[in-house]
Amino acid sequence: MNMAGSLTHDIVKGPPPPPVEWGGGGSDGRGANRRASFTGLFVLLAASTMVFAAFTSAFVVRRGLSNDWATMPKPPILLVNTAVLLISSLVLDQSRRALKRGDRGQFNFWWTGATALGVLFLVGQGVAWLQLKAAGIYVSTNPSSSFFYVLTASHAFHLLGGVAALLYVDVQAWRLRLGPAKRTAIDVTAIFWHFLDGLWLYLMVLFYVWG
Amino acid sequence: MSSPIAQHAHAAPQGFIRRYVFSKDHKVIGIQYYMLGLFSVFLGMSLSLLMRYHMVNPNVSVKWFAWLWPTAASGGVMTPELYLSLMTMHGTIMVFFVLTTVPQSGFGNYFLPIQIGAEDMAFPTLNMLSFWTTLLSLIVMVAAFFVQGGAPLSGWTGYPPLSGLGRITGPGEGMGQTLWILSIAIFCGASLMGAINFIATTVDLRCKGLTLMRMPLTCWTWLVTAILGLLGFAVLLAAGVLLLLDRLAATSFFLPAGLFVSDQIITNHQGGSPLLWQHLFWFFGHPEVYIAILPGMGVTSQLLSTFSRKPIFGYKAMVYAILSIGFLGFLVWGHHMFMSGMNPYSAMAFSVLTMCIGVPSAIKTFNWIGTLWNGKIHFDTAMMFALGFVSLFVTGGVSGIFLGQPALDLYFHDTYFVVGHFHMIMGVAAIFGMFAGTFYWFPKVTGKFMNETLGKIHFYCTFIGVYAIFTPMHYLGIAGNPRRYSAFTDVEYLGKLIPVHQFMTYAAYFTAAAQIIFVINLFWSVRKGKPAPINPWNATTLEWTVPSPPPFDNFAGVHPVVNHGPYEYSVPGESQDFIMQNDPAQVHSEG
Repeated sequence: MNMAGSLTHDIVKGPPPPPVEWGGGGSDGRGANRRASFTGLFVLLAASTMVFAAFTSAFVVRRGLSNDWATMPKPPILLVNTAVLLISSLVLDQSRRALKRGDRGQFNFWWTGATALGVLFLVGQGVAWLQLKAAGIYVSTNPSSSFFYVLTASHAFHLLGGVAALLYVDVQAWRLRLGPAKRTAIDVTAIFWHFLDGLWLYLMVLFYVWG
Repeated sequence: MSSPIAQHAHAAPQGFIRRYVFSKDHKVIGIQYYMLGLFSVFLGMSLSLLMRYHMVNPNVSVKWFAWLWPTAASGGVMTPELYLSLMTMHGTIMVFFVLTTVPQSGFGNYFLPIQIGAEDMAFPTLNMLSFWTTLLSLIVMVAAFFVQGGAPLSGWTGYPPLSGLGRITGPGEGMGQTLWILSIAIFCGASLMGAINFIATTVDLRCKGLTLMRMPLTCWTWLVTAILGLLGFAVLLAAGVLLLLDRLAATSFFLPAGLFVSDQIITNHQGGSPLLWQHLFWFFGHPEVYIAILPGMGVTSQLLSTFSRKPIFGYKAMVYAILSIGFLGFLVWGHHMFMSGMNPYSAMAFSVLTMCIGVPSAIKTFNWIGTLWNGKIHFDTAMMFALGFVSLFVTGGVSGIFLGQPALDLYFHDTYFVVGHFHMIMGVAAIFGMFAGTFYWFPKVTGKFMNETLGKIHFYCTFIGVYAIFTPMHYLGIAGNPRRYSAFTDVEYLGKLIPVHQFMTYAAYFTAAAQIIFVINLFWSVRKGKPAPINPWNATTLEWTVPSPPPFDNFAGVHPVVNHGPYEYSVPGESQDFIMQNDPAQVHSEG
């Protein structure tokens, strides 16, 4: 039981299914932690989507409504940040593939890499904001800059949560505490991270096309 | 290692703090929410009494007003601004901390897991966090009374520019309004956490045999309410962030150029749109109405069936009505904005969609009446409140049909007609749902009955009282009495209506006094109530199969298996007139 190999096996296979006498389909609450976690995650993603949908609708209305919208110069580091975030997603998946092969060393390595890239993205965003500030573009300078700050900050706020989850899994992994139950944490974190990645791409399109 | 999870009872955590304060037990959290709502409802009611007093005695000096508000009521006479701040806080506290909190987070937290046969909510820690965040939000909101300038003036809808410009627009518009927006944003976060928990719990934690179409209607309403809350509060959160930035960071999301306020031209804003706020707010605000009323509908359905010993009439129709009310609720926000100068074609579209909501609402009402028809009705206090709910829902709903038409709404919108309408349907009907739930579930929570005599007195006083307060408002509205004014005594054409206002004020005092009976009954019955058996109402759902109060993990390690729908009353050929949901399957054929 304390063999890393068998632990990996458990992580890959997931927790045991609930006993047959509890029935499936109609389902019993007690075996459903993993499924409930996924449901909770997708419900959370729906809520986040609604927040950004509301911002987008405000963006579109505010932009179309008056003639004071001036396109904002984007700091070039945004493109670097985008690449960092995309790569972090790829690395994260590399890590999950390693886990599927049962290679926990590789899993830890790649997962740590993805976490570091996540932190790097946040630092990059900080730099982007500082550059904008240095260029005299503040949150109230123009509606386009207002929306830029609001949307990127909201995204960064979500990303803080994502990085916290990545760090949590990473610490558990390095301390060899990744029991079967943690497999859900790995999957949930990864899906959330990919969502943030997609959200960022959407925001970039929004800024570069309409911002 | 992976020994299959043994069926064993979970012990409750020891120690007062873990058990009753920072508890992760959904039952304790449900009671905490209920108590938070009980505090809020009395706070909100006190504010309304102050308003009613001021409206009919605008020039009478009251000593303790001067003591409470040395500047806003210096000399003991309320300023109109103080009246507006009372109005704002009354609406906000009632809508968010009573109507949103008690029926869903209070009753839902306590009874959803038990009714679906689960040990707890899906994410107990998140559940605890959600309650404490709600409490924080309430504290921030109440703090607005105590900061310089006092509470905000801009109503529970917080319309900019009034809410976006700061101190210059009024005494409460400085720190008070900022705290208001902050509190609402925090509340949104708490509600989102709650919604995630409710949805995941309902979807994934149902016990064996409890298919969706065997869920009690209460669970259906909690589920749909959670979905509405999830989508609505997310949008309100976004809008709140933008409004806060308009105030604190001089952005112009909602603030246009050329504003002239308090003899000053506002120069640091331009291009924003106050209408944008209205759209975002009401996209949340209309579903909010259903967040308040749907759980009451669930409780009412449950009680009408139980106390008339008949299956609910048209269970499936009820479920689809709940779902379509939830869906349509997101398409009608524009009917709050007919006065905003919107395109008449848009108004027409919103109007038609609004009328469409009348269809599922009528389905529910007819099904309730169909449930009662030829039933062996037991007139317990819980049932009386459920019947009262139906009455108020119909009364409040009918006036909604008037307001849903742009041509009529243009006249009615800023009159007392609207005040009467929304208090009937959103305020009082939902509160009757809460009273019904309280009397119905009290024996389960405490193992005691509430006092029936006090309950009946409370019911009749409240029922007559609320009709006496809110029915005249409709006539006032038709007569052209504007709302949101702090006094009418100096307006000549309203002179003849003052006696009506006086009547309403006395009715409000009377109704408020009657609520003391309820509080006495509630707390007295906890200690001294008549002991109740496990299933005092001969109801069928799972909460009536466990001891009162239920053990920490609800079913003491047993896994319930459900074989029946929730409303199998008076099944022909059965010895009892009800079949518990977890009775063995063979006793009857599925209806």
